[in-house]
Amino acid sequence: MSTIERSTAPGPGPLESGPTEAPAQAEAPKISNAPSARFTSIAANYIDERTSISAVVKEFGRKIFPDHWSFMLGEVALYSFVIIILTGTFLTFFFQASMAPVTYDGSFVPLKGVEMSSAMSSTLNISFEIRGGLLVRQIHHWAALLFIASIGLHMLRIYFTGAFRKPRELNWVIGFILFILALAEGFTGYSLPDDLLSGNGLRIIDGMVKGVPFAGSWLSYLIFGGEFPGEQIVGRLYTLHILLLPAIIVALIALHLVFVVVHKHTQYAGPGKTNENVIGYPVLPVYAAKAGGFFFIVFGIVALIASFFTINPIWNYGPYDPSPVSAGTQPDWYIGFADGALRLIPPGLEAVIWGHTYSFNILIPIAVLGLFIVTVLIYPFIEGWVTGDRREHHILDRPRNAPTRTAIGAAGVTFYAALWAAASSDIIATHFQLSIEAVIHTIQATVILGPIIAYFVAKRVCLALQKKDREIALHGFESGRIVRLPGGEYIEVHQDVDEYERWKLVSFNEYKPLMIRPNARGKITQTQRLRGRMSNWFFEDRIAPVRKTDVERQSQHH
Amino acid sequence: MARTSKKANRRHPLATVVLIAIGLAFTGGGYALFTSTATANTDTASSQTTVDEGSKLFASNCATCHGMNLQGTAAGPSLLGVGAASVDFQVGTGRMPLAMQGPQAMQKPAQFTADQTAALAAYVASLSPGPAVPTDDQLTNTGNATNGGELFRINCAMCHNVAGAGGALTEGKFAPELTGVESKYIYEAMLTGPQNMPVFNDHNITPEDKRDIITYLKYLQNNPSPGGFDLGNLGPVAEGLFIWIFGIGAVVAMTIWLTAKSN
Repeated sequence: MSTIERSTAPGPGPLESGPTEAPAQAEAPKISNAPSARFTSIAANYIDERTSISAVVKEFGRKIFPDHWSFMLGEVALYSFVIIILTGTFLTFFFQASMAPVTYDGSFVPLKGVEMSSAMSSTLNISFEIRGGLLVRQIHHWAALLFIASIGLHMLRIYFTGAFRKPRELNWVIGFILFILALAEGFTGYSLPDDLLSGNGLRIIDGMVKGVPFAGSWLSYLIFGGEFPGEQIVGRLYTLHILLLPAIIVALIALHLVFVVVHKHTQYAGPGKTNENVIGYPVLPVYAAKAGGFFFIVFGIVALIASFFTINPIWNYGPYDPSPVSAGTQPDWYIGFADGALRLIPPGLEAVIWGHTYSFNILIPIAVLGLFIVTVLIYPFIEGWVTGDRREHHILDRPRNAPTRTAIGAAGVTFYAALWAAASSDIIATHFQLSIEAVIHTIQATVILGPIIAYFVAKRVCLALQKKDREIALHGFESGRIVRLPGGEYIEVHQDVDEYERWKLVSFNEYKPLMIRPNARGKITQTQRLRGRMSNWFFEDRIAPVRKTDVERQSQHH
Repeated sequence: MARTSKKANRRHPLATVVLIAIGLAFTGGGYALFTSTATANTDTASSQTTVDEGSKLFASNCATCHGMNLQGTAAGPSLLGVGAASVDFQVGTGRMPLAMQGPQAMQKPAQFTADQTAALAAYVASLSPGPAVPTDDQLTNTGNATNGGELFRINCAMCHNVAGAGGALTEGKFAPELTGVESKYIYEAMLTGPQNMPVFNDHNITPEDKRDIITYLKYLQNNPSPGGFDLGNLGPVAEGLFIWIFGIGAVVAMTIWLTAKSN
């Protein structure tokens, strides 16, 4: 059992009466003789006697969720996923995952009479013949983009607030695997219509597979069922896209949410909020109503976008044919970082060693991205080991209060963003009238130098903000009121912040670099030394939080 | 009282505005009429007078770079054999005369009238043979859009993008957007290969195929995207940018609204 006792509506904390308090009073059971009320009670009783659901409602319905906009980003991902499943189901009724050649005879004139695969033809039919088909297709695709974008934002929120710390490390891992699976879902979906764009994307995957030393060609034949593009791949990707990947995603989402319930939700520091309680609204009725309404808001936004803006106009791209490639061919945004890595790698990195070709121009990006992904995946464990912090954390860090973590995050974001920007190097070149070589070289430099600069800038900014917070907590903020003293001296009067504000400014943990201690045999191992150095790097620059005594001493001065 | 105010406002307060509007409409209309009648007279044969006029224009505007006898200089290529089509394209779209040296000639408002362009073209064509300006019956939009689409994807899309939205080339050069380009210029570009574009001569892409390609491009231009606004037909980059700015933007705005404390 964790150290949290139970989620409660505002516990009787000393500093209570913050505006976030939950209306914790349960509705008094009213006995009504109205027929509808009687029906409700009889029906509820009927169901409860057969399912014992009241225990669940009692437990889950009183679950407290704190209210903050950034806590709803994961919900956005969940709701986008629901939208994707709803619209995707509609699309499966009409999509034919087959690469058998047919002659298109639909209503899009410039493709009439063109030979194409059934997959492409049925996607065109969904777009032009099925009533509402194009709208549903566009909702599906826009929702997919929103799905992964919201996962990304959600992950950034978790990272920068330190919500991945004990006991939530495993849930971070599950969430990150969900992110990777979402990328896989996106890519398989992108490849299904078998238009020129999706075929070009698959060709890149084929190239990457073929770049694997020794086994590349065989692997490619295995995946595509013969020489690229073969006649199998759409059917295979379809199975992954609608069966295997969604099943795993649904299972992991369930697990992810179970963990959220088990761990209780984190909260930002504030008056009355401690590591042992959760302050917010209970699921029933307020939170459930809000969340349910929010689903329809998200659906509405996606539907609006889908009604007004074209996405993936496959009718422009035409059927896949290995010879043409369109200018401006890119993957959807979430695969952009991988495409960008391939665009940035300098040419000529190929070697033939003992009769085998090694395409380092493919292997290096794969290795670098793989390393990046694994680092993000296991980051909670790395940080836990370096800091040696085994406590449970339910109060979120403000990013400035964990300068090194925030700096690492900023470096990671810069690295990712540079790779991502590289995927649109040609569009950047044409739209800003630059030469594409200049764009590529600039981004190449940014991928390496950008994270380093971002690291130091972010760390310094965090420390500066912490200093400012400390100043405000101790001396108040500058009120703008200038007072002339009898001696002629001018001073600006500082005004103390109120208790609630100060609470936010001062409530964070202080860390110190780990002391390296010899083990049982009296030796200091290399691992321990490394750990000591890492810990030192992590916590060397720090601003001590203001203590209660500091504040009191200060207030006596005033 | 009422009478005096009426007298003071003998002219309606908007009278000046109306007068100016009428004046502008007359001048503008007259100008439009005049210029359209001017262009209507351009299909003159390359008579000797036209060639002479072209020669003078060439000597004063083009010869600095292309040489007095079209032989070219260090600053500009030889124009021998480029034909009237090339001149009509380069001068008609404003790419020539160059505003400045750069990776490639930029399109700008044409410097010469249609008559002058035709005279220049006639002069250049009179010195050495080359592709002629296409006739109107080569430019009808009655070709086979399906065939045109396939040819476009195979031959053109790698630089101009499948929807003709343009694309990047090396060293700051680019393939321009094709939406809104006159059929005549598309045809001439294929025929003469301006800037970095390869030549698609009549053996490579027959005049019928060229007409099909133009038909396809005009189909795309005249039929707006069935899915709504096309975001410039730039592909997934535009879509990704859109969802991050407007999709995520709207959703985050909603989350902030939903969690705002009611005061």
